[in-house]
Amino acid sequence: MAYAWTIVVLVAALAVSWRYLGSYMAAVFDGRVHWLGFVERPLYRLLGTGPDHEQTWKRYAGALVVFSGVSLLATYLVLRLQGSLPFNPQHLGAVPPGLAWNTSVSFVTNTNWQNYAGESTLSYLSQMTLVVQQFVSPAVGIAVAVALVRGFARRSAQTVGNFWVDVTRCLLYILLPIAFVAGIVLVGQGAVQTLAGPVAVHDPLNGVTQVIARGPIGFMEAIKQLGTNGGGFLNANAATPFENPTAFTNLFLAFLLLVIPFSLTYTFGKMVGSRRQGAALLAVMALIFGTWVGFTSWAEHQPNPAVAAAGLAHQPTGNMEGKEVRFGDTSSALFNVASTQTSTGSVDSSADSYTPIGGFGMLTGMMLGEVSPGGDGSGLYTILLFAIIAVFIGGLMIGRTPEYLGKKIQAREVKLAGLGVLVMPIAVLVLTAVAVSVHAGRAGPLNAGPHGFTEILYAITSQGNNNGSAFAGLTGNTAFYNVIGGIDMLVGRFAIIVPVLALAGALAAKDVVAESLGTFRTDKPMFVGLTIGSILIVGGLTFFPAVSLGPIVEQLSHGRFF
Amino acid sequence: MILHLRRSIVFAVACFVVLGLLYALAGTGVAQVLFPHQANGSLTADGSSLIGQTWTSTRWFHGRPDNFGPYAANPKQGIAGGDNPLVANGVKGGSGPTNLGPRSKTLVADTRQLIAWWHAHGVDPTTDLVTTSGSGYDPDITPQDALVQIPMVSKATGVRPAVLRRLIASQTHGRQLGFLGSPYLDVLALNRALARLE
Repeated sequence: MAYAWTIVVLVAALAVSWRYLGSYMAAVFDGRVHWLGFVERPLYRLLGTGPDHEQTWKRYAGALVVFSGVSLLATYLVLRLQGSLPFNPQHLGAVPPGLAWNTSVSFVTNTNWQNYAGESTLSYLSQMTLVVQQFVSPAVGIAVAVALVRGFARRSAQTVGNFWVDVTRCLLYILLPIAFVAGIVLVGQGAVQTLAGPVAVHDPLNGVTQVIARGPIGFMEAIKQLGTNGGGFLNANAATPFENPTAFTNLFLAFLLLVIPFSLTYTFGKMVGSRRQGAALLAVMALIFGTWVGFTSWAEHQPNPAVAAAGLAHQPTGNMEGKEVRFGDTSSALFNVASTQTSTGSVDSSADSYTPIGGFGMLTGMMLGEVSPGGDGSGLYTILLFAIIAVFIGGLMIGRTPEYLGKKIQAREVKLAGLGVLVMPIAVLVLTAVAVSVHAGRAGPLNAGPHGFTEILYAITSQGNNNGSAFAGLTGNTAFYNVIGGIDMLVGRFAIIVPVLALAGALAAKDVVAESLGTFRTDKPMFVGLTIGSILIVGGLTFFPAVSLGPIVEQLSHGRFF
Repeated sequence: MILHLRRSIVFAVACFVVLGLLYALAGTGVAQVLFPHQANGSLTADGSSLIGQTWTSTRWFHGRPDNFGPYAANPKQGIAGGDNPLVANGVKGGSGPTNLGPRSKTLVADTRQLIAWWHAHGVDPTTDLVTTSGSGYDPDITPQDALVQIPMVSKATGVRPAVLRRLIASQTHGRQLGFLGSPYLDVLALNRALARLE
């Protein structure tokens, strides 16, 4: 019952944000918001560009790729040189090259896969450098989504916007102010925010001395969630009380990571001139998300099979292995499903110790391509690819050239959408096959049997979807996993972004055709069903064999332990 | 290309200054002024109220077995122990869960060992008392987790069970805002109250 209220409050908060944040974001990207103009204008002068300098999709993509390369290099250098740089109270040495490569790719691609324990590996300066990418990478994702939306909204246009302007506006007017306020809320609840180093405390009652890691944690937590990043300051991420101190912050953090991806559908509707179109995409996202939250929460309320086999069959509080008492079983499941389906990847409980069905929920949530609601920006542009595929299938059924938002969907658009949708499954399946074929890959898992295979599949799925969630038993900090993980993340990010921007350019150049009686309506339940069908069929057909070797066989092997 | 590169470098520097340095420094400043206790780790004379401890004697109520029995720090087996976020019994490590899967033989064996320990101390354990947490230093237990430990604590301290029951009731926090998460007790606060009682 208490859990039902938790869901009601979350849905109500998201509904209000959908309407008002969504509308505000449309105003930001249309250039109607100026309250930080005194920062914005000098920055444009410094860059030698501005809102009047529109870019073609090729220039937009060029700026994006070059900027991401510079960010990657800068992050790598700070991690390698942290030993000689300030804000290093623990005097930690350089991050090794393989790990620094994996980590910098991870944060630049909005993945936040972590092959390190933050509290014992990174200086405060390194953490702050990662925070820069936690702001910038979602802003880049949102900029790409906005460029694609402009492709639909504009008629016979050569340009899709200006990359620098879109990213700047997103940072100044959306991410920075919300994250700052959220940071204050989190610290008020108990999150730590200090530049002082670790503290040793002695408990005279108990005779125990502890050395407690601290740092500028609370404000990193805020943007880590809001930016659908997921990389926490501490190894155990949002399970630690210093990142996620109370049941309230647990819900608040789940809200933060869902709010932008869901609200962007309103922004989309407003920018293309029909809120119903945005509501249709919202319905697709919400139906998938709600289903996954439902069955994963149910699964985590079941007993843990291993604990039951050890002699404790009665587990009224659900599967508590790897979960925190202050959250409980179902709220933990809500957080982890929200995190896996927004390409965030932060965890408030050990994903590795979920029941087989719970693990299935998290894994398949990522495999659907991160569209329910997906990451900041990436969720919207990926679901638009699926929408194009849905109208294409609809067009095939009735034998008519498909249209979406008045734009004719022709061979070029369908090819680009197909490419964008298939890149991730190909990368994930090929790299998983490599990982289970070589010794270095098979050496990774902690658990034996099907669960060990799931650890590998989960890791590569997570990185290919730029999620960052982990079945953390896998020993990922090896040369093999650092290198293939880096490749996986780069492909999962840029091999989708470039086709999306090409699509934006192709669509912007088209004129709008008038709606007729034969037009397939894309703001009706039929379209919602067809899009959900496309998402489930693409995900199901590509991943079912792999998933059946992992969580499905684990669920079916009653009474067997590995 | 050169133009992209020049703009990228300028933009990266601006982002580092504003989003890396200013954000963290301004955030720390505001946090330290508004909430100094929380911002520094909720430290009390006996430790942080947000970081669980391993309770070494049966005189005290125990928390989750994060650094206890099979999960105690053991450099030979590569177990860092969860209790100390940075250093557990001299072993360097980070916070973290066991990561054992739901059909893991190791988890079955470890859980058996913990159940046996509780039975040897006259306690019929609840789930939380034989499973480890997500952080590796969960500071809380549920009221039920505390109630089942009464026989053990009562025997070691001589405090009557009825008094312990009242103590547990007085230390119980309900669900936050009435519906969020689980009801819980902070084990450190509970034991501090127990010490005052004696």
